[in-house]
Amino acid sequence: MNLPSDIRVQDVDVLVIGGGTAGPMAAVTAKEQNPDAKVMLLEKANVKRSGAISMGMDGLNNAVVPGHSEPEDYVKEITIANDGIVLQKGVMAYAEGSFDMIQKLDSWGVYFQKDETGEYDMKKVHHLGTYVLPMPEGHNIKKILYRRLRRHRVMIENRYQAIRLLKDKDGAVSGCIALGTRDADIIVIRAKAVVLCTGAAGRIGLPASGYLFGTYENPSNCGDGHSMAYHVGAELTGLECYQINPLLKDYNGPACAYVTGPLGGYTANAKGDRFIECDYWSGQMMMEFYNELQGGNGPVFLKLDHLAEETIQEIEHVLHTNERPSRGRFHDGRGTDYRTKMVEMHISEIGFCAGHSASGVWINEKGETTVPGLYGAGDMASIPHSYMLGAFVYGQICGENATEYALTRELPELDVEYIIAERDRILAPMKRTDGIPPSQFEFKVRRLVNDYLQPPKVTKKMDIGLARLEAMKEDIGHLYARDAHELLRANEAQHVFDCAQMAAVASMYRTESRWGLYHNYVDFPATDNDNWFCHVQLFKDENSQMACSTKPVDPYVVELDEDEKNAYQQMRVQAG
Amino acid sequence: MPIASQISMVPVVVDDEKCIAEKGCRTCIDVCPLDVLWINEESGKAYMKYDECWYCMPCEADCPTDAVTVNIPYLLR
Ligand SMILES: Cc1cc2nc3c(=O)[nH]c(=O)nc-3n(C[C@H](O)[C@H](O)[C@H](O)COP(=O)(O)OP(=O)(O)OC[C@H]3O[C@@H](n4cnc5c(N)ncnc54)[C@H](O)[C@@H]3O)c2cc1C
Ligand code: SF4
Ligand code: SF4
Repeated sequence: MNLPSDIRVQDVDVLVIGGGTAGPMAAVTAKEQNPDAKVMLLEKANVKRSGAISMGMDGLNNAVVPGHSEPEDYVKEITIANDGIVLQKGVMAYAEGSFDMIQKLDSWGVYFQKDETGEYDMKKVHHLGTYVLPMPEGHNIKKILYRRLRRHRVMIENRYQAIRLLKDKDGAVSGCIALGTRDADIIVIRAKAVVLCTGAAGRIGLPASGYLFGTYENPSNCGDGHSMAYHVGAELTGLECYQINPLLKDYNGPACAYVTGPLGGYTANAKGDRFIECDYWSGQMMMEFYNELQGGNGPVFLKLDHLAEETIQEIEHVLHTNERPSRGRFHDGRGTDYRTKMVEMHISEIGFCAGHSASGVWINEKGETTVPGLYGAGDMASIPHSYMLGAFVYGQICGENATEYALTRELPELDVEYIIAERDRILAPMKRTDGIPPSQFEFKVRRLVNDYLQPPKVTKKMDIGLARLEAMKEDIGHLYARDAHELLRANEAQHVFDCAQMAAVASMYRTESRWGLYHNYVDFPATDNDNWFCHVQLFKDENSQMACSTKPVDPYVVELDEDEKNAYQQMRVQAG
Repeated sequence: MPIASQISMVPVVVDDEKCIAEKGCRTCIDVCPLDVLWINEESGKAYMKYDECWYCMPCEADCPTDAVTVNIPYLLR
């Protein structure tokens, strides 16, 4: 059987899906490795300004720089911050690649802050070690990446949403099927290897403002990659270890204690008192934040009003021109001046993100998922707390390994029947003449997530949440889109729906509490190392049902001392 | 299932006087990560068609004539 003529097919060696942070690095690396390889970068938006670093970044949150820390220190810190459940080899591969990557980016023209002697100006924000490297002039990072993509002649396909991965008879990945977001055209990219770099799943929960797109994450990152990986048969991991962040209330962007902390700012309660030892984001830190909000001492604030005028000006310069530059306008609108007022903070909606937490598509230290030929990097993959530099390092690791894998293989055969069925499913909302608008459907899913799946987690509530979601399956067949843009949203909404189900299923499987607020399970309040010192993997089983299993934690490459293990459990400032 | 259309105040404003879309400029439309800017068929100028904005600002930063202003979406203000 041949593909119908309305489906365009493009053949490549390496396909990279998602052109934010990890994606461009993976694509450039693939070309560096093998200049003859055909490498395509497929992006839902436009690689010039897509992803989390669209407007730049104000610092590297997790930089392992010689003289300040060793890879072993970093692996220890991240292991402790994640209550022990990490693939240490994976964290080590990041830590060991960290400094080379900083130097590479530096040589490409990314500016990192240096001290008087020309050394990187490292700051301490984490509980134990020193890992933050400011980049106050970081706004041009996307431009720099774009130049590299052009120089290496990476094929760029903007405005296509990848929707399903394809695989061949042997179960190896063979490309993807994607939807044009402007014309609702369907394309198939046939590839020998695929690197998924689709970012976090940032649209699972509903922001407190009720605005669907007022999320912490760039909302183009809505869990497409998580859903694609699930449907192609890959394992996901740690989904019960939600991403929940402490943010500016309503604005929903980072308060940036990492920027303000080294300059004397801190997170405070309503009395203006410090209540956490350390502003580095972790589940324990979020638990204390939550307790303060609920316990009568809230709301919680970012406190800067004690700082000197020139310090405040420096903070304003960094925070109002970089990363989330509309922040200044938000404050102006409410008459908030750092000099005179503390800035109200709140807890974000839930999401999946390895960049900040530990939830995502399982990968090992080579960036391999559990499906042959499929690699993953950045926020959607599973190396914990990897942030921006981790996205770059794993982008590079995946670029190298995917290129090598592609060399071992001929172009795979396409499953025409599957592609045609998918085309019809993807386009269906536009064939209808009325029905449920994607925005209403998505709002309802995300509202249910807030009502039933957000921590504190309760079995009875999650039961109801799952049942309500199950009932909404019916609605998918009634989604209605009037144009290509709404069709994009309709397809995104189905991935948001998948992610919501995954959040519930993984959370109910792990019958203990761990990672502070991230998996605070009221029915099982204690951490149970005897039974649950393991990863929880989520996958599609033989009957196409969502299932979970446990996976033992690999032997550590860096052992922890007994007294170190609990460092992150002691977050609260002690009285006196 | 019958449907209704509701109005919504959008956060991004384009100054028609300054916008040079008729000369072929599509910069803001190109860079928007959420693909919510479009050309208004009547005026030929760029405008915000869908109220789905991350108030991230590439549209404003990259516009060659400073025609774009990003406001904070009403629900967040
Ligand atoms: C507001 C904010 C502030 C942050 N601050 C810092 C900081 O100061 N320091 C730090 O180190 N880290 C920071 N981080 C984290 C860091 O930015 C991320 O960890 C990192 O950029 C993630 O890279 P990524 O490539 O995984 O995702 P992204 O860069 O977000 O890229 C994902 C890309 O995939 C595309 N995509 C999604 N779905 C599809 C699809 N179906 N088909 C095609 N393309 C698709 C998206 O459009 C996007 O371009 C911050 C994150 C946010 C959101
Ligand atoms: S970038 Fe500016 S000039 Fe160009 S279309 Fe947009 S608003 Fe008009
Ligand atoms: S602020 Fe961002 S999301 Fe909103 S229109 Fe501009 S580029 Fe698009």
